[in-house]
Amino acid sequence: MNPLLIPLLPLISFAAIIFFGKWLKEKSAWVAVSASALSCLVSFKSIGEVIGGRNFHEAFTWILINRIPIEFGISIDPLAAVMLFVVTFIGTMIVVYSVGYMHGDPRYPRFFAYLSLFLFSMLGLVLSSTLVQIYVFWELVGLCSYFLIGFWFEKKEAAEAGRKAFIANRIGDIGFFLGIITFFYATGTMRFVDIQPEFIQAQAGSAILTVSALLLFCGAVGKSAQFPLHVWLPDAMEGPTPVSALIHAATMVAAGVYMVARLFPLFHACPEASQIVAGIGTWTAFMAAFFALTQMDIKKVLAYSTISQLGYMIAALGVGGMTAGTFHLMTHAFFKALLFLGAGSVIHGAGVQDMREMGGLRKSMPITFWTFVVATAAIAGIPPFSGFWSKDEILLSAIGSDHRIIFWILMITAAMTSFYMFRLLFLTFFGETRGKRAPHESPAVMTVPLIILAIGAAGIGLLGSPWAHHWIQNFLAGHPEEIQMNSFVATISIAASAIGLLIAFIFYILNPDLPKRFAKKYWLLYAASSHKLWMDEMYQATFIRWFKQIARFSFKFDEAVIDRTVNEVGRKTVWTSKIKNWFDQYIVDGLVNLTGRLTQMTGAVLRLIQTGYIHNYLFVLLLGVLIIGYAVFNT
Amino acid sequence: MMAIPLSHLLVFSALLFLTGLYGALTRRNAVGILMSIEIMLNAVNVNFVAFAGMLNAPPELGQVFVIFIIVLAATTAAVGLAIVMAIYRNQKTIYTDEIDLLKW
Repeated sequence: MNPLLIPLLPLISFAAIIFFGKWLKEKSAWVAVSASALSCLVSFKSIGEVIGGRNFHEAFTWILINRIPIEFGISIDPLAAVMLFVVTFIGTMIVVYSVGYMHGDPRYPRFFAYLSLFLFSMLGLVLSSTLVQIYVFWELVGLCSYFLIGFWFEKKEAAEAGRKAFIANRIGDIGFFLGIITFFYATGTMRFVDIQPEFIQAQAGSAILTVSALLLFCGAVGKSAQFPLHVWLPDAMEGPTPVSALIHAATMVAAGVYMVARLFPLFHACPEASQIVAGIGTWTAFMAAFFALTQMDIKKVLAYSTISQLGYMIAALGVGGMTAGTFHLMTHAFFKALLFLGAGSVIHGAGVQDMREMGGLRKSMPITFWTFVVATAAIAGIPPFSGFWSKDEILLSAIGSDHRIIFWILMITAAMTSFYMFRLLFLTFFGETRGKRAPHESPAVMTVPLIILAIGAAGIGLLGSPWAHHWIQNFLAGHPEEIQMNSFVATISIAASAIGLLIAFIFYILNPDLPKRFAKKYWLLYAASSHKLWMDEMYQATFIRWFKQIARFSFKFDEAVIDRTVNEVGRKTVWTSKIKNWFDQYIVDGLVNLTGRLTQMTGAVLRLIQTGYIHNYLFVLLLGVLIIGYAVFNT
Repeated sequence: MMAIPLSHLLVFSALLFLTGLYGALTRRNAVGILMSIEIMLNAVNVNFVAFAGMLNAPPELGQVFVIFIIVLAATTAAVGLAIVMAIYRNQKTIYTDEIDLLKW
């Protein structure tokens, strides 16, 4: 089967639902489910071939720039295969889950149409063979994200969150676009198959290559919500929860990481750019984990946790751990999708999003609880769950490349991650029920995806463990890599997770009064965390205010200069038209009428000849014959 | 057999033609006009026959046209009478000075 089917099936589903949604109604969900499941099966086959060592590349020439062809096509290599697996498999799970979660929504078919469109765009992005193509699909996923964040656009917050996400992404994408242009200028190619270490290394050290790497990274900063453009992701939680799981946790936000991993040889050849990438990633990981400590909205905690984990991946790529970053991308997709779907199940069952109104859900929602425990253990880095292996890889590559500060910051972040995730778990599922509604377990269509994802979240990390001989790392790197299990790193990492877990246990199970006293004592730190370092406010007071001023000035200019000019031109046109109208009516029309009237008058005279009496005609005929006869005989 | 001189025949046919012409110009009755036209056609026939006899021409040079003209005259009369019938049904008259349908 052709890999072209992989993105095509969701596109067909999108078209079918968008055109026949009114008629399909509830059935549209199953169109989307079957399209994504089939696409998942096809992609498994393609992945199998890549594992067998046959990379796929098929493309046609799209346009010529300076006689250099720009391709449009599909290429699948190990990196794309991993991403393909994540997108199709988790995508299918989430589409199935949405059948239950979105039940009864007035725009039910449209939701599945958007989900299908997103899957198409995301798969197109993953399978892209050139930078231009990836940019096209990059924008498409951004558009889908905008649609789905603002899916409940009647709510003012949702509409504004959609706009914020779109604009923040646009800022990053401008950099991405300039990066593509400078990269093309510097290297003369856009094909990913050309971007090999040997090819890039030949031009290493040139300033323009470093600039293009940094500009390309801007795109990742926007899409993967890195500092300073991370502000859109927490707001994006206004969208439906399956959307948060699919787009804003597992796949789309990972597109930035995927892109950097794709261009990894480029970043490897530009050490200065890599340092900045690593720095931004590390700072984002730390900062977002710090924000997550005090959030009360269950989805906000998960949003900051996503930002933090994305920071991890970016940091890994920055310090040279391409396989580690991609491995973490995959494990993160599993456990974060599971966390979001679990949170969705909690919201569905308990009817609230604020953790202060939850508590004690352990008994009423057992399946959600146990899958959530697995996901929490995975993200907190407790062995042998998946997060432990990938996080360990990242820490290992940080210390292996001698980035000691980054290593320790990431380690502290790991402890914070463990703390806030167990805090979430304890607040939601343990203790007394604080909500007003009686919670209930979600239907099977929601819990089955949870169980499947939980199996994945628990087991997927084993692919990169010593027991599997680091299979995934070797697969991604394309050749067997010597990876030593560093017992020092592993010990500290487990200790960090344990410390986080312990503190959360003391704070929220043993001594529930402690957090309040703690917050009061260190009020400045608490406020900094819960207000997210006042970054939204800072943006509001600076960039947004400036932009609004520019906008206001532009509006004034528009009104006073352009509008007035247009109006003046309009008035003058009316004047000339009036003159022309007079000329038309009296001169042109007059001449035409005169011709008509003259014709009529001549006609009135001449028609008198026609009497209608047959005798007259016969007589004239005779006269004619006589005249002709006379003329003939007289010559 | 004594031959009638050509001049007599021509004068006869001329008189016959003028009679027909007079009738066609002066008759008010449409059927009368048709009959006058028949007379004129017959005058022409007489001319054809007379010249053919004088010149001893083979039949296909002269007499055959007479047969043609007789056939044509018959068809003309048939069509003409049909038109007259149609006009009569519409106008309740066959007097040509009361019919001016050809006007404008």
